[in-house]
Amino acid sequence: MAATAIAIVRLRNLFAVVMLSGLYSLLSAAIFVILDAVDVAFTEAAVGAGITTVLFLGTLVLTDREEKERARFSPWPLVVVLITGAALVFGTLDMPGFGDPNAPANKHVAPEYLADKVRQNPSGEPVTVGIPNVVTTILASYRGYDTLGEVTVIFTAGIGVLLLLGATARHGAPAPGDTPAPHLRLGRRRKQEGNDDTPSGDTA
Amino acid sequence: MKHHFVLRVVAKFAIPFILLYAFYVQFHGDFGPGGGFQAGVIFAAAFILYALIFGLEKARQAAPPAAVRIGIALGVLIYAGTGVAGMLLGGKFLDYSVLAHDPAHGQHLGILIVEFGVGLTVASVMISVFFAFAGRRRPEG
Repeated sequence: MAATAIAIVRLRNLFAVVMLSGLYSLLSAAIFVILDAVDVAFTEAAVGAGITTVLFLGTLVLTDREEKERARFSPWPLVVVLITGAALVFGTLDMPGFGDPNAPANKHVAPEYLADKVRQNPSGEPVTVGIPNVVTTILASYRGYDTLGEVTVIFTAGIGVLLLLGATARHGAPAPGDTPAPHLRLGRRRKQEGNDDTPSGDTA
Repeated sequence: MKHHFVLRVVAKFAIPFILLYAFYVQFHGDFGPGGGFQAGVIFAAAFILYALIFGLEKARQAAPPAAVRIGIALGVLIYAGTGVAGMLLGGKFLDYSVLAHDPAHGQHLGILIVEFGVGLTVASVMISVFFAFAGRRRPEG
């Protein structure tokens, strides 16, 4: 993974960089499998290695294949990265050991979730959901609010991309000559102004 | 991609299985790894593959952008609506226990519906984001 990351930084050919970032996602998915987090690995492989690579390729078609040559080496990004990394490593010193059963994260509500006995209904009796995959139970039932929030985030992101890229103006992919409806014209003009900056920022 | 005969045949063969696998991941999420998020992405991947091989216009006919946009909102509505339905039936928001006579059955039903909402939104967002990217032409000059 480290080799892939260094190669991504060094390479100028953006096509290779996109492929390598897909590879990086696949490797992290393998790490998640080793850590027994199959659901997370599944998501990482499908989203990180699959869809994101396709979207990056779609962006590459719109931009250039080669990265611009940088004027000169500037030390500030490296300094910022080193300081942030040092702060993060310093933060992990206080964390409990990996897999520690007495860690706060394993003490709080996790035992109730894993025992599948959580007070949910108004009468106060614990409900046993009884679904074999405990991840699904936690995501959809015990932590239902969080998942609703996640879906809303995806919804908002999708709407945002549609607004930015003006997909509404493209019902039948109008030819350059024809005039769109008045309410669509504004969006189209905005889009042409926006062509100067890199569209790749939209994927972030 | 119109001339790649092998690609077209293989894609035609593979796409139904990708869709079937997406449904398996969607509705088998209770028993194995998977769920709405992963299923939605796999479902969208089938459409993206179709668009890559057969062209954007054909894919737009298979998944009309208007319908996909409705799907984006409908998924969130299904999720939130399940929560509201629980409230109307006398429980709390997103309390699935009251959806059926047996609390455990209600939980199963609620999780299934909610995961379907997640899958619908994720698949629709992925498809429309891809359409939006692929539909842009390269800026001239």
